Amino acid sequence: MNIYWWGVLGTSAIAFALKYIGHSIPERYLSHPKIQATNVLIPIVLLSALVGVQTFTEKTQLILDHRAAGLGVALIALFLKAPFPIVVLSAALSSALLYHL
Amino acid sequence: MAVVSNTRGLTLRDSLSVSITVGAYGAAFGAASVAAGFSVLQSCLLSLLTFSGASQFAVIGVIGAGGSALSGITTASLLGFRNGLYGLRMAPLLKIRGVKRIIGAHVTIDESTGVALSQESRGIDAMRQGFWYTGFGVFIFWNLFTLAGAFGAQAMGDPASWGLDAAVPAAFLGLVWPRLKTSVDRALAISAVAMALVLTPFLPAGLPIIATTLLALGMGLRKK
Repeated sequence: MNIYWWGVLGTSAIAFALKYIGHSIPERYLSHPKIQATNVLIPIVLLSALVGVQTFTEKTQLILDHRAAGLGVALIALFLKAPFPIVVLSAALSSALLYHL
Repeated sequence: MAVVSNTRGLTLRDSLSVSITVGAYGAAFGAASVAAGFSVLQSCLLSLLTFSGASQFAVIGVIGAGGSALSGITTASLLGFRNGLYGLRMAPLLKIRGVKRIIGAHVTIDESTGVALSQESRGIDAMRQGFWYTGFGVFIFWNLFTLAGAFGAQAMGDPASWGLDAAVPAAFLGLVWPRLKTSVDRALAISAVAMALVLTPFLPAGLPIIATTLLALGMGLRKK
């Protein structure tokens, strides 16, 4: 089994387990305000870190290339309140354009 | 009776509009997944079995960038933790057991929970309907669009040539954007980007992302 299969099956198994456990345990176990507060923050840090790493790194090196231009355009699109598909498409198009120049 | 069916119609309309819009993101996932080195089958299985957008993007993002399977799974699972808390919120509302609980748990995601909670003023039946309609609706469209996106990317070839390598971070940005409600959220987001980049030359791929969880823990656990 290669790394991709491990990724697919491991992620799927844990994703379902987390959902099912949530449906099955008494509410008091996780309703603590500190857990609730942290729960809101975790997606913010992980998704932000992914934005940075996917844009400015290649393996373990920092790098500035065409992807940064794509991200800049995505940022502008979000400021202009563009819907998600437009954000992604405009980033892809501008990055591809720079890649071919 | 007329009132009941009218409410049902409104709930169905809310659910469908969310399902189609969100489902369409599936195309971006399918394309990104194939560009990251996953096969069409693996991409579709992620959408069918993991069925949680942010987690799916995370695992293909981390592994695609050279991270280990464990790093990818860990990042995805940290993002999937919130679905557990949604389940906790939905369980007393749905009151389901056995196979129905398995199915209900599987479709417990941002959107099904969000639509269910948004129906509160229409009563508990509307909340339940909102949950199921949206859960199934997103599931159907998300998987169809994943398949389309995966085949599309396979036909394209070099991902960078089509800008797919920039589409992935743009997708993450689009996912985090609505969560940045206060200046503290924005400062946290920028800190996370900085921390992950500073750690990148020193840690194996994937770990700098997971390390930023410490920022969230530090801030969340300090809250009274």
